[in-house]
Amino acid sequence: MYGNTNLTEEEAKRMNSVQEDPQKLAEFEDRIARGEKIEPGDWMPSEYRKQLIRMIEQHAHSEIVGALPEGTWITRAPNFKRKLALIAKVQDEVGHGQLLYSAAETLGKTREEMLNDLLSGKSKYSNIFNYPAETWADIAVIGFLVDGAAIVNQTINSKGSYGPYCRALERICYEESFHLKQGHDNVVYLATGSKVQRDMLQAAINRWYRPLLHFFGPTDKQSAHSEKLMKWKVKLASNDDMRNQFLDMYVPKILELGITFPDPNLRKNADGVWEFSDPDWEEFKRVISGDGPCNAERIAVRKYAEEAGRWVRQALLNPTEKYTVPLA
Amino acid sequence: MNTSLDPRINRLDLKKIEEGEIITNSHLITWEVFHQEKRGKQAVHCGIVHAPSPDLALLLAKEQFARRGKTANLWVVKTSDVFTFKLEDEDIFETVPEKTFRDPGFYKVRDRIEKYRLENHLS
Repeated sequence: MYGNTNLTEEEAKRMNSVQEDPQKLAEFEDRIARGEKIEPGDWMPSEYRKQLIRMIEQHAHSEIVGALPEGTWITRAPNFKRKLALIAKVQDEVGHGQLLYSAAETLGKTREEMLNDLLSGKSKYSNIFNYPAETWADIAVIGFLVDGAAIVNQTINSKGSYGPYCRALERICYEESFHLKQGHDNVVYLATGSKVQRDMLQAAINRWYRPLLHFFGPTDKQSAHSEKLMKWKVKLASNDDMRNQFLDMYVPKILELGITFPDPNLRKNADGVWEFSDPDWEEFKRVISGDGPCNAERIAVRKYAEEAGRWVRQALLNPTEKYTVPLA
Repeated sequence: MNTSLDPRINRLDLKKIEEGEIITNSHLITWEVFHQEKRGKQAVHCGIVHAPSPDLALLLAKEQFARRGKTANLWVVKTSDVFTFKLEDEDIFETVPEKTFRDPGFYKVRDRIEKYRLENHLS
């Protein structure tokens, strides 16, 4: 559901200080400038590898953890059709996690190492999944707007330079178009339903508004240092540009239902840029560093799954087999 | 008692978990998956799965790569059983497009026929 890269100042400094073979670096950058893809066996700068692993891995974790708030509602879906759709969507998300772990694995970090880093807290996932899905309307809003935001991000990233990541994203975007449509369908049904349903939807929009603004990461002013990542086509659009594209596409689709956003300053200015109140970036930082409403529960559930399933994995191991890094 | 909104999570004994570290030196091997959309079409590489045996690899491949659209068959091949060229040797294929004598369009005879017919009053 999510993949985004932001460098701290320190990381940007380190990135500029690494000495790479100038000829190989030039060939690598020429290839990217020509619009060609980088494949697993290619030479690549160590920082390119590192940033890609970090980004794809976080994206994979987000898919796996993102299945948890939605999974909450499978047992309580309001009818059979909605239940079928939700089960299929949750299965897709877990499948997307697998596709992304595989893409990251081609860069040399094993799936087990990535999962361990998720459990230890060393590696992050999208902040938005640290918020709870309180009512069925939250499921509608997640399916429509969180997946909508993810598709904006993923469609842009699928034009990136690393072949395996692009291929995974193409499949993911194709499958997520169903998530978006069923989410919209769900939102429209609630919006055109009884007063109770409309109120429930409005309350969910109010809850998810700020996390959705946080979704694309800090403002461009707060997160500079991405020039090299742009040049290497690891990052393809700035956080603010992606956020603006998202608001442009989805705000009208909520407003046309007579549902509002909890922000009197949300509007599109004469330059076509969306303006909004400060969505509390301090809260964003607080939640991402572990102090959100659901951080502890998400990790605890993942740890439980790993431990409870360990005997199965152990029973399946074949000690005569030797691991090889996958090809593509 | 946990305080999750998810009743299934509240039924788990989450206090029991300890470190939650999974075994790192035990990577399941990977299988390259090939998808055949329908009879008569080529099987095309579509990704990988992790599995300890071909049976389980096929099962996981079905879940992962046959959730949408049509599928006639899936193949799985151990990654370590696939042999490839080195990507940096890509230049060995570079001259192929220059070998136009392999293309049907290289062979153009109409002008020659017309000339012959004209010279020999064959019209």
